[in-house]
Amino acid sequence: MNWLIENAGQIWQLTLIHAGLSVPPIIVGLVLSVPIGWLANRYRASRGTVLAIVGILYAVPSLPLFLVLPSIIGTKVLDPANVVISLSIYAVAIMVRTASDAFAAVDVDVLLAATAVGFSTWRRFWSVELPLAGPVLLSGIRVVSVSTISLVSVGSVIGVPSLGYFFLRGFQVGFPLEIGVGIVGTIVIAVVFDLILAGLGRVLMPWTHRRSRRTRVAIRDETPELVEAA
Amino acid sequence: MNGWSDAFNWLLDPTNWSGPGGIPARTEEHLVYTLVTLVVACIIALPIGLAVGHTGKGRGVAVQFSGALRALPTLGVLLLLATWLGLGFGPPLVAMVLLALPPLIAGAYAGVEAVDRQTIDAARSIGMTGWQVLFKVELPLALPIIIGGVRSACLQVIATWTVAAYLPLGGLGRYIYDGYAVQNYAEMLGGSIVVIILALVADGVFAIVQRLVVPRGVVLGRASDVRVRQSRSLVGTSGSTTAG
Repeated sequence: MNWLIENAGQIWQLTLIHAGLSVPPIIVGLVLSVPIGWLANRYRASRGTVLAIVGILYAVPSLPLFLVLPSIIGTKVLDPANVVISLSIYAVAIMVRTASDAFAAVDVDVLLAATAVGFSTWRRFWSVELPLAGPVLLSGIRVVSVSTISLVSVGSVIGVPSLGYFFLRGFQVGFPLEIGVGIVGTIVIAVVFDLILAGLGRVLMPWTHRRSRRTRVAIRDETPELVEAA
Repeated sequence: MNGWSDAFNWLLDPTNWSGPGGIPARTEEHLVYTLVTLVVACIIALPIGLAVGHTGKGRGVAVQFSGALRALPTLGVLLLLATWLGLGFGPPLVAMVLLALPPLIAGAYAGVEAVDRQTIDAARSIGMTGWQVLFKVELPLALPIIIGGVRSACLQVIATWTVAAYLPLGGLGRYIYDGYAVQNYAEMLGGSIVVIILALVADGVFAIVQRLVVPRGVVLGRASDVRVRQSRSLVGTSGSTTAG
């Protein structure tokens, strides 16, 4: 208990740093994967290639990627940018597959109807495809959020500060409570991020919230695929 | 910092290819750790996943359990178990198995669930028992997705045994931590390259296995691109409706 009070400042600070490192990969994952996933879905010849590339990117283990990245992009080994960029790569790798599936699941008839009433491709994307793909994209980004927050702590073994610091120090001094604080802190960040994302989903896509159970069941049915992709 | 030439010199150095600390020995350790983890995790996860998929019961619990496990930071669990249970192979193995469970369980139940209901009804109507339906219909049809789960689990396990070399263990992660301790970037980068190659090879092998386990009947009955065909026929239907 004393330890908690004495170290409250550091716990809070590392929690903020940990959360801060987790935000850019989640945003990059969403922003980049939507156009890539849309293109991969629209030009079917490219779909296999794009999915193969993201599959390979996803297969690269995290710690080695943190270390290989500096010699590719010229950063320092201890630079937090290595962790942020590596996790962004994973986020994109997970989300491109999800986005491509999400756009593929939009009913063709609906797209034809939109075109028939005079929507341009651009407008059809923003007002028809994106909203209909939204719930699947949201569930994908929630998976990305959890896995990113969990992986940020790995960066601590190469000296990038995060809640992972407590894991290493707690282990070195044989103090389980400190490791526990790190684990609980990581889970708290993950839960808070998940609530924020779910909340944003409700604000941006009020219809998913209002509709009957049928839609929710349909959305949940997408999860196994995401889980499998992850 | 550009360490490629140093890393390749390290990789090509014959002294790094022999003895108990050599690349072949470390790779073997890494593979054995990974294999043991996957076997133990499959023994636990596959029956659970198949049961959930076959009966449709406990799905919510399985999903939530998997989601909760996923949120656990692996490094923390690894070091917490090592602090509680001591060093050695056992504690990290427990952590690794926990980590491998969600994709395996999800793969198993998603695979069984994805089997067409009509196929299962047909199997029942010709008199198959529940077990026969499971082993002769659902399991073969679900196998590609189940192997997909094993594939994701395998990649995670390879990656995390690398991180786990923070503990006094063997495996390819040794190079990363030993190199880090003496700031030998060539060794860290060389070791990282070996792990990445190992992971990509494992991923490729599973990709091939996933194709091979698709039952022959399914391959024969499959249209070349179902989605395109479906959308064309939809276009056709709506067109004819308009015309009519």
